[in-house]
Amino acid sequence: MIHSQPAANATRILAGLLEARTGQQIAPSRYWRIQTALAPMLKAQGIPDLDALVAVLSDPDNEKLLQESLDAMLNNESFFFRDTAMFAALRSDAFPVLRERRAQRRTLRVWCAGSSTGQEAYSVAMLFDTERDTWKDWKIEIVGTDISPSVIARAKSGRYSQFEIQRGLSVDYMLRYFTQDGEDWVIDPQLQAMVTFREDNLLKPRGDLGRFDFILCRNVLMYFATETRHIAYSKLERSLEDDGLLMLGAAETVLGHTELFSATREMRGLYCKASASRSGQSIIPPPLS
Amino acid sequence: MKTCLVVDDSKVIRKVARHILETLDFTVSEAADGSEALDQCRQGMPDVVLLDWNMPVMSGMEFLCALRLVDGGAKPKVVFCTTENGRGHIQAAIDAGADEYVMKPFDRETLHSKLQIVGCA
Repeated sequence: MIHSQPAANATRILAGLLEARTGQQIAPSRYWRIQTALAPMLKAQGIPDLDALVAVLSDPDNEKLLQESLDAMLNNESFFFRDTAMFAALRSDAFPVLRERRAQRRTLRVWCAGSSTGQEAYSVAMLFDTERDTWKDWKIEIVGTDISPSVIARAKSGRYSQFEIQRGLSVDYMLRYFTQDGEDWVIDPQLQAMVTFREDNLLKPRGDLGRFDFILCRNVLMYFATETRHIAYSKLERSLEDDGLLMLGAAETVLGHTELFSATREMRGLYCKASASRSGQSIIPPPLS
Repeated sequence: MKTCLVVDDSKVIRKVARHILETLDFTVSEAADGSEALDQCRQGMPDVVLLDWNMPVMSGMEFLCALRLVDGGAKPKVVFCTTENGRGHIQAAIDAGADEYVMKPFDRETLHSKLQIVGCA
């Protein structure tokens, strides 16, 4: 799409606002997304184009519209069990380690940072429920946070369209954990009760969530600029128990981005605090012979 | 390279599915109904069958039941791919021996994830 100069300026301003408020960057080559993402809102608000939107947003009284604009521009793509191999490894490698380390207190706190519309957090809940006999008498707490109020509301609702429900989710899990309501599929209340969602900014937390045994921050940091990413890694490091585990997206790595975490030798995509790594602690036990 | 037989009476759907599957490194063959698909399977079982429900001559369910009785017919993973989106239909397909279920419309990501689930991608 070819923008006129004023529209090109407007997209730059909107991209700048998005980064300033959320940390999420949009590369200039993907500025076309801004027009696409905001088109429904412009139509609904009767705002003719992006230039006019920028003019409206320059009024500090229009904070609500600014929030709606940011919401629309955020990349909230999510689906169940995204990167199936990593979820398989979570179950086969990470869960046994966490179970062993928390065997005394029998509680486990999991944080999905950047939980979007909830598919990732519910996927983790399904894994725990699949092994419910193993985790019997454990207190499993799964917390999902996201900067966008609208996606948090959707995550809380546990309601997914036909298109969303089958992205990554096996038909077995779909029939087991969801009921059909018209064109939508609604999550089982017991599974829903395992997860709490709250609006929060990874870069400017509203409150203390406490420390977690396992953090998933997947496909979030890849959209951040270098300095913003450092801030986020610091927050994740402070929020992780010293012997906890961090999981990034399949295409993400800490290498070259932070010294606060080290890759585990044993499993791609799983990281521990660098201090734990230096102490020589093996994160993943050797395979059973 | 894995092989996939796309069974659908819609030429457009077959074309779309073929395009997606070829980007996923599948060798694709096509059939316009269950009977034609069964003939192809008798000549050589594919790794996966992407199967429509409503088709002339022989429906998807009739094909599935017949396939599982053919020598070697337990081998292919069968993924229903249909506009029938009711829970009852889905359960019936699974009970009849289908491995996965895709509700139309679908995209590459959905199909890829379903093929991963059945261990073919």
